[in-house]
Order: sequence, then C-alpha cells, then structure tokens
Amino acid sequence: MGDWAGYLTLILQGAWVTVELTLMGSALALVVAFIAGLGRISRHAWIRWLATGYIEFFRGTSIFVQLFWIYFVLPMTGAELTPMQAGVMALGLNVGAYGAEVVRGAILAVPRDQHEACVAVNLTRFQRMRHVIMPQALPLMLPTFGNNAIELLKATSVVSLISLSDMTFQAQVVRSQTGSTLMPFVTILLLYFAMSSAISFGMRRLERRVTRGLDGVR
Amino acid sequence: MDQPIIRIQDLRKSFGTLTVIDGLNFDVMKGEKLALIGPSGSGKTTILRILMTLEGISGGRIEVCGEPLYHMQKHGAEVPADEAHLHRMRRHIGMVFQHFNLFPHKSVLQNITLAPMLTKGESRTVAEKRARELLDMVGLADKADYMPSQLSGGQKQRVAIARALALQPQIMLFDEVTSALDPELVEEVLEVMKRLAAETDMTMLLVTHEMGFARDFADRVLFFDKGRIVEQGPPAQLFTAPQEDRTKSFLRKIIAAGQRV
Repeated sequence: MGDWAGYLTLILQGAWVTVELTLMGSALALVVAFIAGLGRISRHAWIRWLATGYIEFFRGTSIFVQLFWIYFVLPMTGAELTPMQAGVMALGLNVGAYGAEVVRGAILAVPRDQHEACVAVNLTRFQRMRHVIMPQALPLMLPTFGNNAIELLKATSVVSLISLSDMTFQAQVVRSQTGSTLMPFVTILLLYFAMSSAISFGMRRLERRVTRGLDGVR
Repeated sequence: MDQPIIRIQDLRKSFGTLTVIDGLNFDVMKGEKLALIGPSGSGKTTILRILMTLEGISGGRIEVCGEPLYHMQKHGAEVPADEAHLHRMRRHIGMVFQHFNLFPHKSVLQNITLAPMLTKGESRTVAEKRARELLDMVGLADKADYMPSQLSGGQKQRVAIARALALQPQIMLFDEVTSALDPELVEEVLEVMKRLAAETDMTMLLVTHEMGFARDFADRVLFFDKGRIVEQGPPAQLFTAPQEDRTKSFLRKIIAAGQRV
C-alpha cells in the first residue's frame, strides 16, 4: 500500500507539470492568437502575409515535429531553452495558430452595422476595436477557445519527447516499475478528465459573464 | 445668406462598373432642413453615407463647414484626406441609421455616453448628465439602464437619435430612420424629429419614404433619380405642382400606394 502512495505521488508530480504546461501554454496561445488573428485582418499586406504564414505553418505541421525543432534545432542558433520553456512554446505557438483563426472569424462576425455606428460617433480605429467590436466578438470566441484549451491539455503529453516528466510520462514510469498498467492509466485517465472538466466549467462561467446583456441579440 | 455648410461639387460615385452618383451638385445652407426623396437605388442613401465617410468618393469634391471633406492640404498641394483628417471632419456630422445600430453590449445610457467620453474627453458626470437630458428629450428618461435588446424599435431609434445628438454635431443625417419600424411606432420617432427640427438650428438631411413627413419637416425637397437631382424646391411646390414628368410619376405611385402627400 505504501508503494502505491509513492507511485501516486510520482503521478501527481507529473500532473503538476501537465497543469503548468496547460496554463502557460494556454496563456501564450491566447496572446499569440490575438496578435496573429488581428494580424490576419490588418490593413497592411505584409502583416497579413506574416500572420498567414505563421498560422499555415503551425497548423500544417505536427506539434511533435515543432517541439523537436524548438528544443533540439533552435539551440543551434544560440537560443537555449529549458524543456519547460520549449514545451510551453511549442504548445502555445501550435494552439495559438488555431486560436488566431477563431479570433479573426469572431471579429469578422460582428455585423458591419457596428463598424458604421462607430464611424458615425467618430471613434478611432483602436477605440472601435476596444470598446465595440472586441466586447461583441469575445463571446463568439469563448466556446472554441474552450475546445482549444482542452486540445492543448491533451497535446501536453508530447513533451516526454524532450525529457519533461509530465503526467503521461510518469504513468509510463510507474507502469514499467510495477508492471501494472491498470492503476497508473486509470489514475491519469481520471486526472485528465478532471482537468478538462475544470476547463469546460471555467469557460462556461466566463461565457455567462461576457454574454450578460447580449441575450436576445444572438 | 452666408456660406453653405455643405457644398457638393461634381460628385461622382461608382461601385465597380455601376455608377450611382453622376456629377451631382448642391449646397446646403446652415440650419436648413433638407429632405432627399426618390425611388430606391437613386443614390440618396449613398449621399448620406458619403457625407458620413462610410463610403469614399470616386470623383468631385465635398466641403463641410468650409473645409474639404475628402481632400486636405499637404506641402501646399491638395491630396486625398487621410484617416486623421476624416476623424477631424467627422466631428461636424452625426448620423442615425435605418437599423439603429445601437451597441448591444452597452446600456442605453452607455450607448449615449461612450463617444463623448472617448472622443471629447468628457468626464462621466458631464456625459451622463447630458445623456439623461437627451433621453428626457426623446421621452425615454426611465430607460437609461435598459439594454437595447429590451427596447422596441421606436425606442431604439430614439436612443440612436440621442446618441448622435450627444456629440453635438452641426449636421445630422437621417437615413430612412422609420423604414425598419412597425407602422404604429413610426409616429413616436417622427415626433422627436419634428421637435428637434423646431428647437435647434442644426442642419438636417433626411432620406425618407414618408412623403407626408418630408413635407412637414423640410425647407427644401430634392427629388433624386439615377444619381441626379431631377427636381428640387420647397415641399409645397414640389409635392403639389411638380414640373418634371419623372417627379409626377413617382408621386403618383406613392399616392397610389396609399400615402398622404
């Protein structure tokens, strides 16, 4: 029994790494999604081009390969990263590319009427975005952002490639040491599910908050 | 009479190969109430949208308050206006839309105070005080804290009028402001506009299909067809003794459709 407690601690340590990766990866993905998503609808062709290039590249290649490049190839150019930094970067940039399309789609889904009303009351471009377009686009983004965050959580297990001991990695360790597959994998199954449930729950609450007052509109 | 507040000279506007305004000229005097009427597709709404800088021009020249709207001076030469120039010029002009275009995520009060606070740097106290006065004027003093989705069409349009007035523009553009309303709600909006016309010396341009209202409201009526002014004059003259065949046949159709002229 004492052994199991020890093994459970191992898995929980891994779970913490997974949580860290998910939180930091999501934070990076969010920032990147807004930058690239706004870049996609920029007035300047070169910014649009840059954003499109980033999005297509990170959506079009596997996260496994991206992680490999960031961790093993990038250091050759002098950018040394810890495994955690590399993992967060790969996850954030990968999921951020998907998020960028969500941001762009949601902004474009706000009716033209609203842009015109902003011009008529003489708001600057930034004020239009900040006070009128974004507050209406955000509720449209949230459900898909929730999906993206859960996708990111599930993608965290690729980091074992670069020697990070995340939850899946630790479960493998426990399995090889105990020969039992059931216990570690039932444990992480439940833990992954608990984490994604927490994300879903959080997103639903957030959604309810930002859509307050918008009911009856959509 | 003094300088016109709006001068439109040889204005042209096309969308692709479709020319909607073709060599248009007219002046609007300060304080004048102008009604623009004509069949749909005649370019009257486009004129308002061009004045509000929602559409660019394809050629010609517009002056608002003595300054070119779509041109500016740069190094002694006249060049197309940039966004900063348009932003500066828009202070003179306000617009009310057919579909109200209220901000759905802001309360009635916030819809009105947002722009004055952001564009004129007004304090919340000042902006809210005037917003409440304006709401009172349009008969919606008790709706300040409602969301737009809780209002009827007529109420929304009255809020939209208050929102445009809050910026105290010299020129107000009304683009078919009653067309999207249920018939029984039209009157409350027209009532507000009549009061506005009587109480202020604001210059007003009105695109409308309500001939009876155009007649009561306007000092001058412009009848448009195919991007040109076919006929213009005081409402009494244009509605009772139109000169042009095109105007006569348009008014006949309107009367046949059951409208009072």
